[in-house]
Amino acid sequence: MSDTHAQTVAFVRETQIPPAPPPTMETGAIKWVRENLFSGWANTLLTLVSIYFIYQLATFVLPWVLNGVWNTSSLSECRDVLQGVTGGCFSVLTDRWNQLLFGFQYPSEFYWRPSLAFVLLFLAAAPVLFFDLPRKLLIFTGLYPFIAYWLIWGGTILAPILALLGFVVGYFVFQRFVKESFAMGFFGAIVAAFLTWWLGGYVVDAVASEDTLLTAVPSRDMGGFMLNMILGTVCVSLSLPFGILLALGRQSDMPIIKWICVVFIEFIRGVPLITLLFVANVVLAYFLPPGTTFDLILRVIIMITMFASAYIAEVIRGGLAALPKGQYEAADSLGLDYPQAMRLIILPQALKISIPGIVNVAVGLFKDTTLVSVISMFDLVGMIRGPILASTDWNGVYWELFSFAALLFFIVCYGISQYSQWLERRLATDHR
Amino acid sequence: MAMTDPISADRTAMKVSDEVAIEITKMNKWYGQFHVLRDIDLTVYRGERIVICGPSGSGKSTLIRCINALEEHQAGSIVVDGTTLSSDLKNIDKIRSEVGMCFQHFNLFPHLTILENCTLAPIWVRKTPRKEAEDTAMHFLEKVKIPDQANKYPGQLSGGQQQRVAIARSLCMRPRIMLFDEPTSALDPEMIKEVLDTMIELAEEGMTMLCVTHEMGFARQVANRVIFMDAGQIVEQNEPEEFFNNPKSDRTQLFLSQILGH
Ligand SMILES: Nc1ncnc2c1ncn2[C@@H]1O[C@H](COP(=O)(O)OP(=O)(O)OP(=O)(O)O)[C@@H](O)[C@H]1O
Ligand SMILES: [Mg+2]
Repeated sequence: MSDTHAQTVAFVRETQIPPAPPPTMETGAIKWVRENLFSGWANTLLTLVSIYFIYQLATFVLPWVLNGVWNTSSLSECRDVLQGVTGGCFSVLTDRWNQLLFGFQYPSEFYWRPSLAFVLLFLAAAPVLFFDLPRKLLIFTGLYPFIAYWLIWGGTILAPILALLGFVVGYFVFQRFVKESFAMGFFGAIVAAFLTWWLGGYVVDAVASEDTLLTAVPSRDMGGFMLNMILGTVCVSLSLPFGILLALGRQSDMPIIKWICVVFIEFIRGVPLITLLFVANVVLAYFLPPGTTFDLILRVIIMITMFASAYIAEVIRGGLAALPKGQYEAADSLGLDYPQAMRLIILPQALKISIPGIVNVAVGLFKDTTLVSVISMFDLVGMIRGPILASTDWNGVYWELFSFAALLFFIVCYGISQYSQWLERRLATDHR
Repeated sequence: MAMTDPISADRTAMKVSDEVAIEITKMNKWYGQFHVLRDIDLTVYRGERIVICGPSGSGKSTLIRCINALEEHQAGSIVVDGTTLSSDLKNIDKIRSEVGMCFQHFNLFPHLTILENCTLAPIWVRKTPRKEAEDTAMHFLEKVKIPDQANKYPGQLSGGQQQRVAIARSLCMRPRIMLFDEPTSALDPEMIKEVLDTMIELAEEGMTMLCVTHEMGFARQVANRVIFMDAGQIVEQNEPEEFFNNPKSDRTQLFLSQILGH
């Protein structure tokens, strides 16, 4: 008795247990189905009900898609072809394809210009989205906004060059004065840039000739999905930096900056986007000196950007708050100054935490660009509701058109969402 | 018996110069209405190794954080390496780059590799060329005995390893003074030793060190002065031998009996 007791209490291992491979998981389709779909009576019932609904949906949708008519030029022609059989009149898409993409006023001989800008967009976005790519590509990204503007709007090439020049001058002024103090560099750069634009404006007006390499297309001729893409890309890429600045401003020790940011964020968040768009459309004109033409698209971009940056600022503030205080202290104790600490330590981590929230805002913003249709801009939805559905040819083809719009937006938004998931995995360096 | 101890003999070999590294006079600090530090007077000479101990909430962390301006003091003066701490940001950044600090919770940057953690400040604050900064970083990582982890992320290292990286990160800035705020109190006993060994090595090289710790063995071994704080004041300071064997004040005796007596 006492022997066994001694054995169980005092124990010395004399041999090491050799490492063994983990047990192999049982696999196989049948096993998966049994475990996941039919593991109990409730689960089985749910599976059967789901199968029934999927079947119903498929019998409704599939014939509609498969029997679709793609090559008629009006709804009545399409109905003749179908002869009462279920089927979609997708020929509205082929017939009005260019209108859906570019709006109904963009000159058709220039369709290649926005198309080229669209293709180049991928090239420009690549080094920003995938930071394993060589950093030299960022030069093109920096030039892209000016190239794209010139391609889409055309006109004198001096205008985008002047815009670029303003940024370059601002950058050099910043570099020159930032050594004295950050605020001086920052505001000096802004003043220098505006000065360049203001003076350059006169020069461009004087020098620019009428016949330009690319014919100018006015803003009111922009439309279709192109307009959504322009608004979406510009506003997303602008609202991120502004959102970051607002979030940092809201945390600032300087009361004036803090208050400006708080009031801005709270006010913009408390107002529906539609109101802001109406303001952009109508009210803003009252505040401008008479005679000034302030481009409608520019006004809308400003409003949507303000709206989105207020939301992004709050998302990023959440990320900043989630960082332990020790990170700020470690950065301080190493002698990093405020801009360095933010750029190298705090923001990379805060932004990583905020990715899901930022993507949420970006996706929402991209879909909200369709709201411009209420201030009589002909974006994709505006085109469908206006010129296409109102035409005698295609009066009444709701399903096909709106399904198409939904599909386009879904593709873009799903792409953004997939990218963000990849990014989160790629950046996961801690908690391992 | 203590005198024949080889380590104590070693300690007397460590030189203390009469050049002043830190001079604190009549320093006071408040958190709102709460008077945390009261009339602190402390002169630290170059090469000194000072251990600060005292009950929880006595203001040890606050004192050490005032020295590199992580906390502001409201009265009195702190002069570090000849530079007076004021609200001038230039002075503060200068002092911070001269004074290394190690925290209880390491505070490594989780989004950067170990090597990047070590090279970041030299590159951006000291404007050292990247190559040179990396060589320096590898030198110090070897010194704390983890050169093979250089390309891992902090989250993949044990606590002891992380704290040694944190020490190496501070050393890469070539500080003249090192501050430690309970560097071992978040660690398991096994890891405490590896961190303390690193700190002992540092002390032997003549680094000026201020260390908040409750590792009394460490205090006996390397400190040339032990400071006891209570309720925001320096209550007693003495050479470790005298401090531990013959504490003068009642509060020190009580504290020592509690911390050594169990
Ligand atoms: N940010 C703060 N605001 C208000 N009071 C604070 C703050 N930080 C610390 N205190 C208070 O100041 C006193 C001293 O804190 P400190 O952290 O210096 O103590 P400590 O000696 O380091 O204690 P411990 O051994 O627990 O680390 C404590 O009573 C604490 O509650
Ligand atoms: Mg403390």
